[in-house]
Amino acid sequence: MEYVKKHYFLYLMLSPALILTLIFKYGPMYGAVIAFKDFSPLKGIMGSEWVGLYNFEKFLSSPNFGVIFMNTLKLSLSGLILTFPVPILLALMLNQVRRAGVKKNVQLFLYAPNFISVVVVVGMLFIFLSPTGPVNQLFSWIAGEPVMFMSRPEYFRWIYILSDIWTGAGWASIIYVAALANVDPELHNAANLDGANLLQRIRHIDLPAIRPIMAIVFILAAGGIMSIGFEKAYLMQTATNLPASEIIPTYVYKIGLQSGDYAYSAAVGLFNSIINVILLVTVNFTVKKLNEGEGLY
Amino acid sequence: MFVKHSRMDRFMLALNAAFLTLAVLVVILPLIYVVIASFMDPSVLLSRGISFRLSDWSAEGYRMILTNPAMLRGFANAVLYASAFAVLTVMVSVCAGYALSDERLKGKGLFMTVFLFTMFFGGGLVPTYLLVKNLGLLDTVWAVIIPGAVNVWNIILSRTFFKGVPKELKEASNVDGASEMRIFFSIVLPLSKPIIFVLALYAFVGQWNSYFDAMIYLDNPNLHPLQLVLRSILIQNQVDPGMISDQLAAAEMKRLSEIIKYAAIVVSSVPLIVMYPFFQKYFEKGVMVGSIK
Repeated sequence: MEYVKKHYFLYLMLSPALILTLIFKYGPMYGAVIAFKDFSPLKGIMGSEWVGLYNFEKFLSSPNFGVIFMNTLKLSLSGLILTFPVPILLALMLNQVRRAGVKKNVQLFLYAPNFISVVVVVGMLFIFLSPTGPVNQLFSWIAGEPVMFMSRPEYFRWIYILSDIWTGAGWASIIYVAALANVDPELHNAANLDGANLLQRIRHIDLPAIRPIMAIVFILAAGGIMSIGFEKAYLMQTATNLPASEIIPTYVYKIGLQSGDYAYSAAVGLFNSIINVILLVTVNFTVKKLNEGEGLY
Repeated sequence: MFVKHSRMDRFMLALNAAFLTLAVLVVILPLIYVVIASFMDPSVLLSRGISFRLSDWSAEGYRMILTNPAMLRGFANAVLYASAFAVLTVMVSVCAGYALSDERLKGKGLFMTVFLFTMFFGGGLVPTYLLVKNLGLLDTVWAVIIPGAVNVWNIILSRTFFKGVPKELKEASNVDGASEMRIFFSIVLPLSKPIIFVLALYAFVGQWNSYFDAMIYLDNPNLHPLQLVLRSILIQNQVDPGMISDQLAAAEMKRLSEIIKYAAIVVSSVPLIVMYPFFQKYFEKGVMVGSIK
């Protein structure tokens, strides 16, 4: 206590962040016990009856479970697989651009969509992909009939992932570009003298240089696998694409905040978070094994 | 670079340039299309698509958007929320980052664990909502500003920054008799402009572009920020009838709705587009500092 008194200024500085974290991050973690209760807002968290795993059983045995769980998994897994390599490719390509001015301008353009809000991105998708929109105007030459992109479940995942790449790939490449800029040019010169061609140099010099960062980015992406973009999926939902677009986070929002079934919704949300943590730990463990002990933690 | 390129390499480089050009086109063509479409005459846009003849252009979409009270209020609200959020976030994270970078702070490991744990596990949407509700923050500006103000990533960023400030600077001032508070405010803080700038920009852009918190916490349409107004125009297709005073409102609305959407997209993105080229290097810096950890 003496010590804290002596350095009170430091503890004072820390306190706003600490207090806000305890209230707004740990508060809801305590609040999540309603998942195990028959929660009634009148009785409050303490006063409501315990019901054990009832709410979890309700979710796992509901007819929706299989579809929603698989939708979440399919969307995030295919998203991870398709989205992960693009920034790496972009960075390797940018790294070959010799003229600094050209490189800067290309980067300026590639980063731009990152600053467009998700509402606007989805708004643009609806306009561009509408039956009378520009994409269909192009398509009608080829296919003849307009394609109902946004209302058909089979297109939902593709549109979601491709637009994600459009928005984020350039920005995500920054970190790889920076790592590649730190590669000693002498390595390339030496390899070139030894007769290594461009592709060989990329494979044996550039790729190993960014491998640790690839591992970290991959772990973080995989850890967030179940908490994928609620905000975008929710905006992209139409009445008819629900068979593919209803995912756990949007379901939690609907049953919780729209229908007011708080306890059930909290249970579904908690189920999602737990799977998330398990995935993060598993992926981190695996990558550590493959990556000579280099993991996230 | 003294690398000599073989013929194969030169072919690869040409291919590379072609792919990059393609990538740039894929990224910017939709944006250019939106800007051009926003200036089109609505009837021409509906019947023939975009055109480059000046006589086919009009500013009708912009007139609609810029005289729409909901849009203007949303714009003003967004400026307010994003600025307030940026100020609060920067204060909280810079203070915490400074404290955590100081070796004299005992219990640092514990505090870091408390913060880091929240990166991997959260209480979930409904418990968070109930908490905000119980605190009486629903339908107040605070609901969109306070709960997200602590961001672990920002704390790590500023801690990394302050670790780079030479310790001797602080010690020397200490010897000169400056109090802890004085050292922070008159010596360390003036050095911290880069990190303050980066964090403020990130926070401002993030809040400017977000709609979700406002959607669940703010019922009163007068409090809605720009993104929620945009959502009703772009995604729910609700063009405010007040925008069109004409008798033939329905037909007119259909004619104008497309052009209003394009103009709304442009207007909402203008502040960020104007800022963007100036701040690109700072944004990049932020990503770099974060990656070093």
